[in-house]
Amino acid sequence: MEKAICNTTIEVNEEGFMINFSEWNKEIGEELAREAMIELSERHWEIIEYIQDEHRKEVPLSIRKIGKSGVVDIKEFYALFPKAPLKTATKIAGVPKPASCI
Amino acid sequence: MKRLVILGAGTAGTMMANHLDHELNPSEWEIVIIDERKEHYYQPGYLFLPFDIYTPEDIIKPIQKFIPKKVQLLNEKIEKINAKENEVWLSKGESLHYDVLIIATGAKIAPGEIQGMQGEEWYRTVFDFYTFEGALALRDKLRVWEGGKLVVHITEMPIKCPVAPLEFAFLADSFFRHKKMRDKVEITYVTPLDGAFTKPRATAALNHLLEEKNIAIESDFAIAEVDNENKKIIDYGGREIPFDLLVTVPTNKGDELMERSGLGDELNYVPTNKSTLQSMAFPDIFVLGDASNIPASKAGSVAHFQAEVLTKNILSYIKGEPMKEEFDGHANCFVETGNGKALLIDFNYTHEPVEGSFPFSGFGPLSLLKESRMNHIGKLAFKWVYWNVLLKGIPIPFVPAKMQEAGKHF
Repeated sequence: MEKAICNTTIEVNEEGFMINFSEWNKEIGEELAREAMIELSERHWEIIEYIQDEHRKEVPLSIRKIGKSGVVDIKEFYALFPKAPLKTATKIAGVPKPASCI
Repeated sequence: MKRLVILGAGTAGTMMANHLDHELNPSEWEIVIIDERKEHYYQPGYLFLPFDIYTPEDIIKPIQKFIPKKVQLLNEKIEKINAKENEVWLSKGESLHYDVLIIATGAKIAPGEIQGMQGEEWYRTVFDFYTFEGALALRDKLRVWEGGKLVVHITEMPIKCPVAPLEFAFLADSFFRHKKMRDKVEITYVTPLDGAFTKPRATAALNHLLEEKNIAIESDFAIAEVDNENKKIIDYGGREIPFDLLVTVPTNKGDELMERSGLGDELNYVPTNKSTLQSMAFPDIFVLGDASNIPASKAGSVAHFQAEVLTKNILSYIKGEPMKEEFDGHANCFVETGNGKALLIDFNYTHEPVEGSFPFSGFGPLSLLKESRMNHIGKLAFKWVYWNVLLKGIPIPFVPAKMQEAGKHF
């Protein structure tokens, strides 16, 4: 479905995950973060960039992998993106919901 | 003489040995299968053992019984795969050269990954049911348990048979009802996912069943620790869930052999092409069953469908022809829902579980995504099918490797 955001429209799925990563930009990221009630700090951005890099390399994401990435440990990841950090962080980053859950 | 070596004589490895025994010319190819165990365990039976539905005898048979006579079975521990030299090193110091290698070493639980999981309460009030030992210890516990808070828990994905913990919760509900003590048991289902299952449509149906059976669900729970002293599990966000009896599915990992051999990812699964089932790193290595990292369910039905595809691909590969067969991620799982009923789900990489009839369009007799007694009978009959048809590599009539779309409501 289409979603109006930042004076443009993006394609999202039923859960609000972006379908085309190419439509993402920083402004959209900030707006998606606001919707998730998160104010983005420098640390948030480092994690979002890491997630996007992994997505470009087609590496599947999991909480475990992010915890071992050296970018952030799991505790801090939860502090930055409370409740369901991987879901929230990937949604803001504009990448598909991780399919680590088969 | 060329040699094809299969590592692991579980569900996937045994099926490949049987398929290839029919297909490869014995004057050109020698087939060797290696496993350190002597016994084959019917893993779906671990679900029924704790509730005294199956006995240990239903579940264990000798490996040898299912390996064809012409295939050489080596009962040894595998030390290392030296993929660059096409060698498998065995624990007694011998090495075995291969022309084609099939990795079917499966996945197993690693409770040591979570702080406190294997602590002093392990097999006292904290149990797994993904091992024979765990399922048996849990059976003994359930025979005498007087009730309280039962927490059924998944540590992290992926796990073998992702519906098994749900089935455990449903069967527990049924078990305590029969024992006339359901009112003394509070059942909570705790998952790292955002609902009962990994696929949205099946999740809706399964969430509804949880509600109907008065099973509470706690989702998005990423466990950090088992607190043995205070008997609770704690997640990274600080959420706490108390238990009197914790039935957990620990982290699942591929075999440590992959770590020793430098062939695995961070969970020791082997990076594998999801269509051809060829290793991403070495063209003469193929991977099937739970050992691979492909995004399909880790389930016996998946290994069964993969075995049919992989057999054709290996035959093409050794003739130097392109591999045409593509695995579509097809999985077909019975989901026990208690009270003598079950659901059936059928899905692949692209299609979610849907409603409909199976295997015959419009007729059934099994119904997809709906509870029925016939499905339950199907699940129980499956034990016979497993030992007598599946392991021998005989295709199941009317259930092809690729998912069929007729009779399903997409």
